[in-house]
Amino acid sequence: MSGVFVGMPAFPEAARTAVADATLRSNLRHATHTIRDKRARAVAELADWVELREAGRRIKEQTLRHLDRHLLRLEESVTGAGGTVHWAADAEEANRIVADLVRATGETEVVKVKSMATQEIGLNEALAAEGIRAYETDLAELIVQLGDDRPSHILVPAIHRNRGEIRDVFRSEMGKWGRPAPDGLTDAPAELAEAARLHLREKFLRAKVGISGANFMVAETGTLVVVESEGNGRMCLTLPETLISVVGIEKVVPSWRDLEVFLQTLPRSSTAERMNPYTSMWTGTSDDDGPSAFHLVLLDAGRTDVLADETGRQALRCIRCSACLNVCPVYERAGGHAYGSVYPGPIGAILTPQLRGTASGIDASLPYASSLCGACYEVCPVAIDIPEVLVHLRERIVERGGPGHRRERATMKAAGWVLDHPSLLAAGERLATRTRALHPRNPPGARAWTESRDLPELPAEPFRDWWRKNRT
Amino acid sequence: MRVALFVTCLNDAVFPKTAVATVRLLERLGVQVDFPSGQTCCGQPLFTTGYRARAAPLVRRTVRAFEGYEYVVTPSGSCAAMVRTHYGRFGPEAAELGPRTYELTEFLVDVLGVTDVGAYFPYKVTYHPSCHGLRLLGLGDRPRRLLGAVKGLELVELPGAEECCGFGGTFAVKNPDVSAAMDADKVRSAVSTGGDVLCGADSSCLMHLGGMLRRLSAPLRELHLAEILAGTEEDPWREESGR
Repeated sequence: MSGVFVGMPAFPEAARTAVADATLRSNLRHATHTIRDKRARAVAELADWVELREAGRRIKEQTLRHLDRHLLRLEESVTGAGGTVHWAADAEEANRIVADLVRATGETEVVKVKSMATQEIGLNEALAAEGIRAYETDLAELIVQLGDDRPSHILVPAIHRNRGEIRDVFRSEMGKWGRPAPDGLTDAPAELAEAARLHLREKFLRAKVGISGANFMVAETGTLVVVESEGNGRMCLTLPETLISVVGIEKVVPSWRDLEVFLQTLPRSSTAERMNPYTSMWTGTSDDDGPSAFHLVLLDAGRTDVLADETGRQALRCIRCSACLNVCPVYERAGGHAYGSVYPGPIGAILTPQLRGTASGIDASLPYASSLCGACYEVCPVAIDIPEVLVHLRERIVERGGPGHRRERATMKAAGWVLDHPSLLAAGERLATRTRALHPRNPPGARAWTESRDLPELPAEPFRDWWRKNRT
Repeated sequence: MRVALFVTCLNDAVFPKTAVATVRLLERLGVQVDFPSGQTCCGQPLFTTGYRARAAPLVRRTVRAFEGYEYVVTPSGSCAAMVRTHYGRFGPEAAELGPRTYELTEFLVDVLGVTDVGAYFPYKVTYHPSCHGLRLLGLGDRPRRLLGAVKGLELVELPGAEECCGFGGTFAVKNPDVSAAMDADKVRSAVSTGGDVLCGADSSCLMHLGGMLRRLSAPLRELHLAEILAGTEEDPWREESGR
């Protein structure tokens, strides 16, 4: 995955900084609660939501089971429609393919549709190293790019920024990338959007190469689908002469019938819209309209490894709606940057350690970045049991045994042993309750709790003793 | 009717008042309560932290302890959820305990068919539905219906009730800052109700909330639902009863 996040501290340390940032907390609270409530209302409107969710789960599960067949069919359809299909085993290979394709056009700049896959592989940085400038055209991605920032949300990557901060970024940075912000720009949303429109328009009209991802790929016809709500995607997908789409292999669906399910569940889950505003679909190339060259780069980058894990593979069902981020109490307080990946929130906590492995401190800490409250599973439109996968990944980390887990393993072993010997447990409880007056309020080893919360006082006697005296 | 009390390790060691209240409440409703002494911990803290192999002996022990009981009743949504939703991963014998295990409010409402248990509690109460009871067991409005029938009790809605209190077992110490921020927000929300008591049906969440209530010197106290339901006009709940 992208090198942008390399060297991030583990989740608890990164979250500590975020929790202490009052502006960030307020921005995130406002944004997540607004979208969370809107989503709940949009979903409640559908009488068949439960069936749609189950259909989405089943379609994805069955497609992933025979992924090889669906991908070969997709390749055949795309090729038949005039496109070229490239297979990329990892990020490096995908970046090289895209850079070579852009260089072959003789161009040194490209316009981009918001895409998680290209973020994941760090495409913009790889292109920059080849002397190619990539312009993000989604409003929030533009804010992130201009501000030399990192995305903190899958759908609204600048969710951590408020209007005033965005105005400041536009004023100081737009001129360095192209058309400067209008004089006297205020933080009124309409003015900010207009400034972005004017700035981006010249890029859309000039660009000869467009780069996108895709929300879905329909195998039966070789059609790619991008779902967006600003119209920038439509510009990037139709105006350039060459279109390059980098798409994770899990994005394939067999048929248009399958697609229909997700076009109902995705907008309601992500932006709380009944119908998505701009849904662009294209099949290869056509002679008189749109790009004359189309390249599809199919990206593995760890996905087949995820597929091999019976419990973990459900993460590949994800349609990147972000509903799990918006309901997550941990995300709301820690913010997206703490997850050290382009995939933050609950889905990131199960996807990142599977795609990147758990060797680094941040990746090994992600499966623990959840209270297992289950709100994410409840809203997921493809029923990914995120808490189940989190526990599964915790098991994997424990089995592989990092040095940080040595003391924990010893504690768990001791706890497991005592709890399997009731008479020993009873003796321990009795001793603890009888000596309660002697217990310190902040015992060493309990600081993580007592720093912010009081410990409960122990009772005069455990329940076992009360029972023995009163009921036997 | 005879039931086995699945007391939970936390209630046994730290919150015996909750356990005693559960016994008294059930006995008052004509239920004969057994306490199989072989029980210790259901294994949840080990299992959810990633120590499945260490949890396995505790799962076997729990299954053995409650062998032969048609009804196993526990004043904890979280421990009931562990048995019902996760025991299946430990084999068919363990899975079989799930359908016989009832969280207290389920047992009262679904099995005994009562919502008015004859309780008396003259205070203003707000209720926090813990995540596992809410989402894994689907307790719905059972706890509120029980509270609503308590004589003298004024039930006030808790804003953002369905949000987690931030306990999450080892999460509370592995991610102390986020956990405490969630805890503090929940406590502020409870304070905003103007209630006297923050009621819950899970001692682990109540321990977490209580720790923050006292740290912030908040003007309300936490109390397990069982303790509220155990009090009557003849023998009302008292601050130090059971101690």
